[in-house]
Amino acid sequence: MTVYWLCFILFLTGLYGVITRRNLVKIAISLSIMEFSIFLLLALVGYADGAVAPIVDPADPFKVYVDPLPQAMVLTAIVIGLATTAMLMAVIIRLYRKYGTFDIREIKNLRG
Amino acid sequence: MKGMTVVVKKTTQLIAGLVFLYGIYIIIHGHLTPGGGFAGGVILAGSFILLILAYGSDFLHLVREEAGTTLYENLAILVVLVLALSGLLLGTHVFFLNWAPKGVAGELISAGLLPLYNIFIGIEVAASILSIFLALVIFKEEITK
Amino acid sequence: MMNPLIPLFVAVPLAGAFLIMILGRFIKHFDRVAASLVLLFLVIISLHAIVSSGGSTSVYKVGGWEAVNKIPIGIYMVMDGFSVIVLCIVNLIGLLSVIYSISYISRYTSENFFYSLFCLMVAGMNGVVLSGDLFNIFVFLEISAISSYALVAFGVEKDELEATFKYQVLGGVASFLILFGIGFIYWKTKTLNIADVRTVFSTGYDRNYYLLVQILLLSGFGLKAAIIPFHAWLPDAHSSAPSPISAMLSGVLIKAIGIYVIIRLFFNMFAISEGMAVLITTLGTLSMFIGVFLAVGQWDIKRLLAYHSISQMGYVVLSAGIGMILISREIRYEVAALAIAGSIFHLINHAAFKSLLFLNAGAIEYSTGTRDLKEMGGLSKTMPVTSGTSFVASLSISGIPPFNGFFSKLIIIIAAVMARFYLLAALAALVSIITLASFLKFQRYAFYNQDPDRKKTKGKEVPFPMLFSMIILGMICLLLSLLVIPGIREMILTPATDILMDPSRYTSQITGT
Repeated sequence: MTVYWLCFILFLTGLYGVITRRNLVKIAISLSIMEFSIFLLLALVGYADGAVAPIVDPADPFKVYVDPLPQAMVLTAIVIGLATTAMLMAVIIRLYRKYGTFDIREIKNLRG
Repeated sequence: MKGMTVVVKKTTQLIAGLVFLYGIYIIIHGHLTPGGGFAGGVILAGSFILLILAYGSDFLHLVREEAGTTLYENLAILVVLVLALSGLLLGTHVFFLNWAPKGVAGELISAGLLPLYNIFIGIEVAASILSIFLALVIFKEEITK
Repeated sequence: MMNPLIPLFVAVPLAGAFLIMILGRFIKHFDRVAASLVLLFLVIISLHAIVSSGGSTSVYKVGGWEAVNKIPIGIYMVMDGFSVIVLCIVNLIGLLSVIYSISYISRYTSENFFYSLFCLMVAGMNGVVLSGDLFNIFVFLEISAISSYALVAFGVEKDELEATFKYQVLGGVASFLILFGIGFIYWKTKTLNIADVRTVFSTGYDRNYYLLVQILLLSGFGLKAAIIPFHAWLPDAHSSAPSPISAMLSGVLIKAIGIYVIIRLFFNMFAISEGMAVLITTLGTLSMFIGVFLAVGQWDIKRLLAYHSISQMGYVVLSAGIGMILISREIRYEVAALAIAGSIFHLINHAAFKSLLFLNAGAIEYSTGTRDLKEMGGLSKTMPVTSGTSFVASLSISGIPPFNGFFSKLIIIIAAVMARFYLLAALAALVSIITLASFLKFQRYAFYNQDPDRKKTKGKEVPFPMLFSMIILGMICLLLSLLVIPGIREMILTPATDILMDPSRYTSQITGT
């Protein structure tokens, strides 16, 4: 059970980072931390004690396999996470070019 | 972007080819072993990124490369979509149907369309990761200019 | 034989997006033609679907994976009375926005990226609406969200970048909350199919666990839908985006990936509990009430419209919430049906008039170059079509008969009164009046109220494609009032209400029991 709680704590660490950090890049990193805590959780959800990788062995098809579906979900989510992170970094670089700073306190054109 | 020292260049020269081959291995064994299109594609892109980082490249060249990778990326994903749609036209007319003969489980050429999906997804992922990398490098070069 | 049109809703815009990226750089104007044709095709097949389905549910098993022991495996796409309506509005507004963009976007560079991302966004929304599978919803939601991040930043100026950064960070947090919720659901049920999750949960569950999952999903999709405690990104993102994209974001994106999924999951997947129903109603009331007050003080047209989106979405959520409360108390099902019908009807109407208003705002910005109400005035002479259509839309959103907004708000208020929520009914009426005041201000400052000091009003009427979209949307605003007429209502609104009222109807089609 501890590992699941650790995942949740990692998620909260990421959330704390997103809320408190002032640096754009650090916010992006915190988002990635949140993301990977969920990937860990999903991988743990599919875990079974003493199971093997989910590739059917024709010689002995009745082994205990770990659940492959969460792994597929994690892979898909990693691809999506890659796209989000790349997009976010591109925006951060553009922001840096416009404002000359990574500090979120100085980027506040939009108000009200 | 400048290149690195001669030690890095020589090591990269030795490694990059192996990394590339390993990526291809992962992709074509995608339906038999862990890995597949995405993992293999990332490794393929990694070998290119190693070379670009070690040897450096001038700005215009990078821009041209980026246009090329975007084109390959779109072509590859379009082929994947056509493969998926081919299920709608052949067999029992279902989207994403694996209509090709399945072969013997465990052999390299088996599992119907899956190896084809893996190969094209591999190209797609390699091209897209390379274009993300190139785009970020181009942005950085534009700032330092 | 499964309906072969269902996968085309996703496959055709995807193919369009990739083709535009490949051929768009070689063939001039290929991008706009291809995007319009793709959207036109989608509109035709979605209208065909709404007419031919007659409210029946059709299930598409991707890859032809049949259920094993009545447990669905593989990805299911489900088209029922509710999703077909949302499909129709997504594609119709999409088509009109693309036609509008033909002249609007020609000011920007890299047009083919714009059309390609637009097609991707439509593909994502169609996918979310058609998906019968939780993880598939997440994937398509991310496709449409990521393309909307890029589209919001399309101008690459200071404001756009700042808005898209906020949007991406909050959208990212929302996605992770959703993925967390999906992971928790999979943990307990070992299934991702919405209908199957319901079946598994109906055999018994841990109450606290169930509540945790519900809260995670509600906050995740609430962030995507910008319900009030989660609304911070919406005014920035919707006002900074290019206007056709604002119309898409406000008109359909927050509905297709936010409200639609909330309604779908909370009616058809979770067993309705009174606590959750009250929570959703409260959130709806808060957004309706606070949103309008935030809107009143705005002088930037697009920000004003964006805050009104929050408020109008409040009506939809409030009305759905009233339906949920009544269902959870197991009393007065006919009033619950009325409330849900009002909610869906207002969802459709809001798509029509809010997109029209954003397109009007874009037209004003296109021809005068400003979004500040104080700098406008007297545009009714120089821009008669924009002025006329925005008048229609303003009356529509403020609930003046005979426009569509009146009927949906009337249904919502009647349902609230019949359910004995007199306070909510009064609030809904009050918010409607404040909306009217706010739009009178918009009309007066933008189109009348000529500044005597200024000799000539600037701006001239916008090009034909933009006018075309605005006129069609204005006509739709008027035509949608026909949905209250009994014959048409039974054909379109009733199937959607039925599928939400009776979850077993949804479940039985998918699990085949």
